[in-house]
Amino acid sequence: MAAKTLTIDGKQISADQGATILDAATDAGITIPTLCHLDGVYDVGACRLCLVEVAGINKLLPACTTRVHEGMVIKTDSERLRKYRRMTLELLFAERNHVCAVCVANGHCELQSLAYSLGMDHVRYDYRFPKWGVDNTHTLFGMDHNRCILCMRCVRVCWHIEGAGTKNVSGRGSGSQIISDLNQPWGTSDTCTRCGKCVMACPTGALFAKGATVSEMERDRTRLEFIVTAREKKQWIA
Amino acid sequence: MDRLRVATVWLGGCSGCHMSFLDLDEFLIDLAGMIDLVYSPVIDVKEYPEEVDVCLIEGAVCNEDNLEILRRIRARTRLLVSFGDCAVTANVPAIRNQLGLRNDESVLQRAYVEGAQSNPGVPREPGIVPPLLPQVLPAHQAVHIDYFLPGCPPPADRIRTVLSQLLRGEEPHLEGEQLKFG
Amino acid sequence: MIIDDLTEITEKELASRKKFTIRCCVAAGCVSSNSVGVKEALERAVRDAGLEDQVEVRGVGCMKLCCQGPLVQVDERNESPGATVEIRSVDTGPLYQKVTPEDASALIGTLQGGSSNLSQADPKHPFFAEQLPIVLANSGVIDPDRIESYIAAEGYQALHDVLRELTPKDVLDSVLQSGLRGRGGAGYPTGLKWGTVAKTPGTQKYVICNADEGDPGAFMDRSVLESDPHSVLEGMAIAGYAVGASQGFIYVRAEYPLAITRLQTAIKQAKQLGLLGSGIFESPFNFNIDLRIGAGAFVCGEETALMASVEGKRGTPRPRPPFPAESGLYGCPTLINNVETFANIAPIIRKGAEWFSGIGTEKSKGTKVFALAGKITNTGLIEVPMGTPLRKIVELMGGGAPDGGQIKAVQTGGPSGGCIPADALDTPVDYESLTQLGSIMGSGGMIVMDETTRMVDVARFFMEFCMDESCGKCIPCRAGTVQMHEILTRILNRKATRRDLEKLEELCDMVRHTSLCGLGQTAPNPVISTLRYFRNEYSELLVEDAYGPRRNGNGQCAQPTADSTL
Repeated sequence: MAAKTLTIDGKQISADQGATILDAATDAGITIPTLCHLDGVYDVGACRLCLVEVAGINKLLPACTTRVHEGMVIKTDSERLRKYRRMTLELLFAERNHVCAVCVANGHCELQSLAYSLGMDHVRYDYRFPKWGVDNTHTLFGMDHNRCILCMRCVRVCWHIEGAGTKNVSGRGSGSQIISDLNQPWGTSDTCTRCGKCVMACPTGALFAKGATVSEMERDRTRLEFIVTAREKKQWIA
Repeated sequence: MDRLRVATVWLGGCSGCHMSFLDLDEFLIDLAGMIDLVYSPVIDVKEYPEEVDVCLIEGAVCNEDNLEILRRIRARTRLLVSFGDCAVTANVPAIRNQLGLRNDESVLQRAYVEGAQSNPGVPREPGIVPPLLPQVLPAHQAVHIDYFLPGCPPPADRIRTVLSQLLRGEEPHLEGEQLKFG
Repeated sequence: MIIDDLTEITEKELASRKKFTIRCCVAAGCVSSNSVGVKEALERAVRDAGLEDQVEVRGVGCMKLCCQGPLVQVDERNESPGATVEIRSVDTGPLYQKVTPEDASALIGTLQGGSSNLSQADPKHPFFAEQLPIVLANSGVIDPDRIESYIAAEGYQALHDVLRELTPKDVLDSVLQSGLRGRGGAGYPTGLKWGTVAKTPGTQKYVICNADEGDPGAFMDRSVLESDPHSVLEGMAIAGYAVGASQGFIYVRAEYPLAITRLQTAIKQAKQLGLLGSGIFESPFNFNIDLRIGAGAFVCGEETALMASVEGKRGTPRPRPPFPAESGLYGCPTLINNVETFANIAPIIRKGAEWFSGIGTEKSKGTKVFALAGKITNTGLIEVPMGTPLRKIVELMGGGAPDGGQIKAVQTGGPSGGCIPADALDTPVDYESLTQLGSIMGSGGMIVMDETTRMVDVARFFMEFCMDESCGKCIPCRAGTVQMHEILTRILNRKATRRDLEKLEELCDMVRHTSLCGLGQTAPNPVISTLRYFRNEYSELLVEDAYGPRRNGNGQCAQPTADSTL
């Protein structure tokens, strides 16, 4: 495979042809904030946190879906990008009911850790306080729509890793929500294999293992690799 | 330099932030030597004074009483700090907002009637229970707030960081995990 | 089907012309004011008067002056030799407006020399006289339900010539030389797009016609589909030949039932005559067209969302590149053009690229169809050469604001566009000039506003539209439009302060630069453009910031804050 040389944040690096900017940056030890990206699952470019500046292109490009080109000069961090990223997070916090203090994922939440690492000290937009429910009908897992950020990781792992196709999205705009099968209680789903990949993939406390209380929903991120490679390595949980 | 005139106030919250403040332990002794605490739930002053330098605001703005005192504080204070998640995000008190506007009646019913062990009935006499606002607000949606000190409660070292910066005459500045909600 | 068959159909069609043709509009606008009833009443009146052998009552497409519908026009046979288009749209007979079924017998009476006091429109009015119909040439003239009627108006000639006499390269060159640019709004040169699809290797390629017209106040594409569906089919088939595709899809929104019916009829007829299908005009070229019906999502007009929807998936956009020309429908090279773009193709082939590029401005060639709506006297469709000054369109042709009102602004480009203030009305309408004014050409909706319109209202209306139509995939568009709408509402309710306005502008900038697709990227445009030209209307609604940073601390100004996000 041909290699491409490029510059990220002033650092000369080389990357495989076909690699994304995100791959290349990660290999070079440069961290780009992401939220909808999950290693091993195809990218959708939805959260817009990984937008970067590419010299000669006046649009901001998502690092997760943009392929590297020879001679690209990329900036992953600037005052403008930091501002946009912080605003994106503020919009997310205002959109649904993210109450960190009483969340199962408190302390293990990607949304929460991104917020503090990007310096978001408060949300300037009006909180929407929408009324969303909790689906507790499944025997093992729960889904709290109040904490969902619609990254669609659960949908993608359910369809493309597990192949069950239980999780999906209904509605549109701010009324979008993650549903099970034909928008029915998760516990009544015929297709759910109870594999728990969606729970492992969820960046927030929206999907959780039942029985976990505040701060207890610690996700074992090493299991994500298992999620990705289990099929090839034929490692199945009994 | 004059001693910093500091106040703290307890709006709609659980007082956990003030408990955390007391967790400053021996730093409280140092602090006592450097500031004048002019108004706080931990001292006995009834009226919020004029010419305050810094006020730490605990709690969300839940009722008209909260709103009134906060506005008075804003007018009489140089720097306001939202102190803890309830002031910064409205946090747990704002969970009633999910019930929609005009949830005040159902909240009062729940508290004073359904949950009452004796003498059920919502207290209606003026001055007993201040009227609830239609929506619980974070402090910065009611008045301008200068600095934010999140956490539920903010750990004592985080409070100490901000107070030390203020005492040194610096801009309070937190970063990284010190900004963590929850 | 060979060329002689086309000629035969044309001759038969012309020979069957009766002395009078009464054209009755049966496009959606007039249908909604009972033009179907009018047409039936006219047919009855013709029978009652015993004039069946002299009068044809023909349902036709849009006759453009929609606000005065139902429209009925009467023509006497044009005997001039060499008239290939069966009825010329100039030199036509009286045009009756707001016709009711009760008017039918009086109208037929005029054919026998009777007089009537039926309300008439003036076909010499600039609204009609200043139009240059290319896309709408057949609209209001031919019967959209009969392929013979289209063939008699030189229909499918271009497809024949292309398949029998030109190479795909010739066609590409023609389209490129014509200077035609995409009529969906962005104005990308059509020839370049076709060329990219043609160059991309692939055994299976697709041609898609984007008929998901959704801008509020825009109805150009609907009219083309309802009035002249075959022109779109012909354009698509020519495109298929040029780029090497054998399958086409028309993605049309379900809210256009009449257009869907007409398209279904047209496709069926074209297949019956062998003008679609295998071995068209006895060439090796195969081309089929299928309809796909949209389910009511504006975002499906965005090409990547449209393709996802055609594939049966949730209609959400994906990042580009890859562009559809490289990897589109089912991962194959795909050409997507708008209805009006395809409708321009056959005339370009028939009359030549030079003829087409002689119309319009240096960078914007040909004509553009606009739907005039809002506070304007003559609501309806107009087709004018690119570069026509906006003032000519809204004041001369459109007749200005009704009841002597003053035009305040013209909104173009729908929710992605902007408001052009009255003092910029002398701007020529072309892609570049409109962009410079902070608006866009868009698909052709033109909403006129008079001095009673509040611009903050307008901005909020479009923001509400975008908020409702956001697919929800990317955060800036999904959550940002909600917050922008909230702030606009607060401004209108006189509850917003200067700081809220700053927040709004900051959000505009952020949503514009970070959204995934065009819907989000352009959602702030109505706010940005109204702020640019009508900022005072915003400021007048702001209230004093009583508890803001400048009023705190015993009336002193606050120290600069560390809160850089504020």
